[in-house]
Amino acid sequence: MSLPTKLTDFSLAEARDAVQAKKVSSKELTTAFVKAVADARPLNAFVTETPEKALEMAVASDVRIAHGEARPLEGLPLAIKDLFCTKGVKTTAGSKILGNFIPPYESTVSQNLWDAGAVMLGKTNMDEFAMGSSNETSHFGPVFNPWRARNSNANLVPGGSSGGSAAAVAGNLCLAATGTDTGGSIRQPAAVTGTVGIKPTYGRCSRFGIVAFASSLDQAGPMTRTVRDAALLLKHMASVDPKDSTSVDIPVPDYEATLEDGVKGLRVGIPKEYRIDNMPPEIEQLWQKGIEWLKAQGAEIVDVSLPHTKYALPTYYIVAPAEASSNLARYDGVRYGHRASGPKDIVDLYERSRAEGFGKEVQRRILIGTYVLSSGYYDAYYSRAQKLRTLILRDFTEAYKKCDVLLTPATPGPAFGVGEKTADPVEMYLNDVFTVTVNLAGLPGIAVPAGLTANGLPLGLQLIGKAFDEATLFKAARAIEIAAGFTAKPTEWWRAA
Amino acid sequence: MTVGKDDVRKIAKLARLALDESRVEPMVGELNGIFQWVEQLNEVNVEGVPPLTSVVEQRLKMRDDVVTEGDAANALMANAPSGEDHFFVVPKVVE
Repeated sequence: MSLPTKLTDFSLAEARDAVQAKKVSSKELTTAFVKAVADARPLNAFVTETPEKALEMAVASDVRIAHGEARPLEGLPLAIKDLFCTKGVKTTAGSKILGNFIPPYESTVSQNLWDAGAVMLGKTNMDEFAMGSSNETSHFGPVFNPWRARNSNANLVPGGSSGGSAAAVAGNLCLAATGTDTGGSIRQPAAVTGTVGIKPTYGRCSRFGIVAFASSLDQAGPMTRTVRDAALLLKHMASVDPKDSTSVDIPVPDYEATLEDGVKGLRVGIPKEYRIDNMPPEIEQLWQKGIEWLKAQGAEIVDVSLPHTKYALPTYYIVAPAEASSNLARYDGVRYGHRASGPKDIVDLYERSRAEGFGKEVQRRILIGTYVLSSGYYDAYYSRAQKLRTLILRDFTEAYKKCDVLLTPATPGPAFGVGEKTADPVEMYLNDVFTVTVNLAGLPGIAVPAGLTANGLPLGLQLIGKAFDEATLFKAARAIEIAAGFTAKPTEWWRAA
Repeated sequence: MTVGKDDVRKIAKLARLALDESRVEPMVGELNGIFQWVEQLNEVNVEGVPPLTSVVEQRLKMRDDVVTEGDAANALMANAPSGEDHFFVVPKVVE
């Protein structure tokens, strides 16, 4: 296979092979991406760029390669979502309250990547505390999607909450990026930027050092340009970790090794409840195409039912805010983070530091969470929602008696305009209608680019797997990738901006 | 279930969030919009259904009760908005 002429057009796997074969040095590669990041500032994809650190790491990688000591991701420049604590590098979670926070420790996932030889380009923008579906709740301003509709100059959102990572991958500003997914925050932005994103099974990646949002739902995963790249990156993100008691001690397979095994005989479930009211015809048609593609490659299509699907989003909007209100109680203006000036007493210090430090959406969710956990309401809301989660998980367990993976749309539509959906919180929440069930049940899900809308915007399909069966997801996603032949790229309009 | 202005003030107090009086009324509307939407969960019979406490079946791991890391006072104080000799400084709490 011939390599792209521009270094920034390389996939992660292509770059790995080229670096390991000494066809290109990490310094050359890193220099090209450092420039691409700087040139793409109009996208606002990065909160912090770390060019000096990147070049320092690249030079060290080149020394290792020269000595024949290359590690699996040696010298490959990545972008890290600003939710992962990076030792000595500012980590904001997209919030004013952590605007000057410099972690004295490293998250396990990012440490795993550095231990595998990867190079850090910087920290990507995101919805504040990962609460959002459009990257518009960031204290550091919205991220713009590299994609624009045909014959339009209107800025579109990149999805969220991992919007900066998605934009950086789609715009070729990095080889790949990390994201986190609590209700769709990897898969939804991946789908609307024409990139691949996988939320692994809960427990696959350590949560240590990832700023906590909703601890029973949060999970880290890769965001990449190809399915192979996602398989490669997840292999090196995942680990059992004594610092996260929910990380699971199950060996991480070599996902790349089985990637091309095909889908012959694979039973693919089509859940009828995902055919929602007012589903745009383009989404419906794409879903149908996905079914045909898998069938043509030898998969068996089975109709299945997930009867509690419609309750997933409202369940999520009780569980996630409840856990968030507990997790965010730590921001008190005392030990780290923003502190209000001239407090009249300790309660005033807490109340004003938090009011000044948290944005509107975060405050709204803290209030919802506080309410549903408050005395007298716990059973009516939180306890009921946790029971609904059991029913949602049972739906999947039943479905998996008849099939191996599920195929669904990834989002209810393509990227929308900046400011278009900010007025009504519930309308914004509906963007996660296809992704959120997966988090509630702890299962793995992957979004794969599958086509373009009539006006040229990317759409994705989602595959949902059994717990810890990411290997099958990658295989099925690869089959979709081959059939879809998605090669479209956004025009680099930001270079002229 | 609907909330009123007093409820919102009370929740904000519990959450230790200073809520400007001008934000109370709009917040009542926003929260009620969300609570009305989650009302649909009441259609489901959850009688006898156990709450899901862990998505992956596993026992909580045990480890030896020993110090694994420590002596990091300087690192811990590095981000403190106000500190003195390894103490966090706050407004006077006890009269």
